[in-house]
Amino acid sequence: MTAETNSIEVRNLQTYYGSRHILKNVSLDVRMGEIFVIMGGSGSGKTTLLNHLLGLLRPSSGSIRILGRDVNAVTPLEKQELRTRMGVAFQSGALFSSMSVGDNIALPLREHTQLDETTIGIVTRLKLEVVSLAGFEDLMPSELSGGMIKRAALARAIVMDPRLLFCDEPSAGLDPVVASSIDDLILRLRDAMGMSIVVVTHDLDSTFKIADRICVLDKGEVLALGTVDEIRASTSPRIQNLLNRRTEEAEVDPDAYLRRLMGIRDGDEDEPRGKRL
Amino acid sequence: MKMETQERGTTVVVTLAGEIDLQHSPTVRRQLMDLMFEQRDVLVDLSRVAYIDSSGIASLVEAYQAARKNATRFVLVAVSAPAMRVLQLARLDKVFALADTVDAALAG
Repeated sequence: MTAETNSIEVRNLQTYYGSRHILKNVSLDVRMGEIFVIMGGSGSGKTTLLNHLLGLLRPSSGSIRILGRDVNAVTPLEKQELRTRMGVAFQSGALFSSMSVGDNIALPLREHTQLDETTIGIVTRLKLEVVSLAGFEDLMPSELSGGMIKRAALARAIVMDPRLLFCDEPSAGLDPVVASSIDDLILRLRDAMGMSIVVVTHDLDSTFKIADRICVLDKGEVLALGTVDEIRASTSPRIQNLLNRRTEEAEVDPDAYLRRLMGIRDGDEDEPRGKRL
Repeated sequence: MKMETQERGTTVVVTLAGEIDLQHSPTVRRQLMDLMFEQRDVLVDLSRVAYIDSSGIASLVEAYQAARKNATRFVLVAVSAPAMRVLQLARLDKVFALADTVDAALAG
C-alpha cells in the first residue's frame, strides 16, 4: 500500500501557463520521514511544482496524492483537514506584519484547534525555543532580521506538528553560518518528529547537507531523481553543469527568436515578406 | 490513547499509552492539573507512549510548573524513545525530573 510508505505521489503532472509548458510529465514520490529536496535553477519549474503540492494550483493533467488523498478530488472540508497536517515555511516568511511573532506562531492553533489558551501559549513558546527564538514572542516581524524571520516562519509551520513540512528556499539570502543553522534545524525536526520534509532550494551546499533524495528539475522536467551520492555521480552534462555552477548556453531557434523580437505571438498571421518604407 | 492512574502510597502513578495528540492532550492536562490541585506527588509513566505532540508536552510542562510551585514531586518515568526525541528537540530533557523506572522514582 503506497499510502503507508509515501507522503506524496505525483504522477504525470503537466502544467501550462497559457501556451507555455511549465511542468512536463513530472512524476515523483516523497517517502514518509525523508527530506526530499527539489533543486533547480531559476525558471526550472520548482516553485510551480511546490504550488501544486500545496494545492494552490490545479494541474492541466496528472495527479497528486498528499498523505494518501488526491488533492484535486477532495472536498473543501477534506482539503482543510489535509492542510492542518501540512506546514509551510514560505520563502519570504509571510508573517502577518500587524501581529507579534508569538501571535503569528499561535495563529494556526487558535484557528484550527480547541486548545486552552495556556496550552497554546506554552506550545508557541516551545516552538520558539526549538528555532532558537526564545523570548522573541512579543516582537513584531519588522523588528526581526532575515534569519530570524525564516526561523519564525519555520516555528509557525511546525506549530501544529505537521506530518509533512514544506520549506521554500529556507536559506536563501542568509549568511552561510545562519543558513547552516537552518539546515541543522531541518535535520533535527525530521529526526525528532519523523515528519517528511520537502525543501525547495537552489542552494547546493544545503541540498547535499540535508537531502535524503534529490529531484533535479530543469526546464520543467525531472532531469534526475536519486540520493545525494547518485546525483553527485551522475554523468549527465546538464546535472554536472548545475553542480559545478556552469551556465548553459541556450539553444537558439532563429525562427522563434525573430518572432519574439518582432512581437509575433503564436497564432498571429505571418508578417509580409517585405514592404516599401 | 489510554490513561490509567494507580496509587502507590502517597504518590499517584499516571500511565499514558498510545498517541497523545491534539485530541487527547486536553484530557491528560485536566487529569494532571486536578492532581496538582490536590497537591499530590505524581509520576508519569511514558514507557508506552508511541507518539506525543506539542500539546501533550505542553500539558506536562504546565503540570510540572504547578508541582514546583506546590513543592510536590512530578517525575517522568521510563520515557519512550519517541517521547524522548520530542523532549530533546526543545531541550526539555534537561528540565524535567526523569527516572528509569517507577520503583527508582519512588525510592528517589
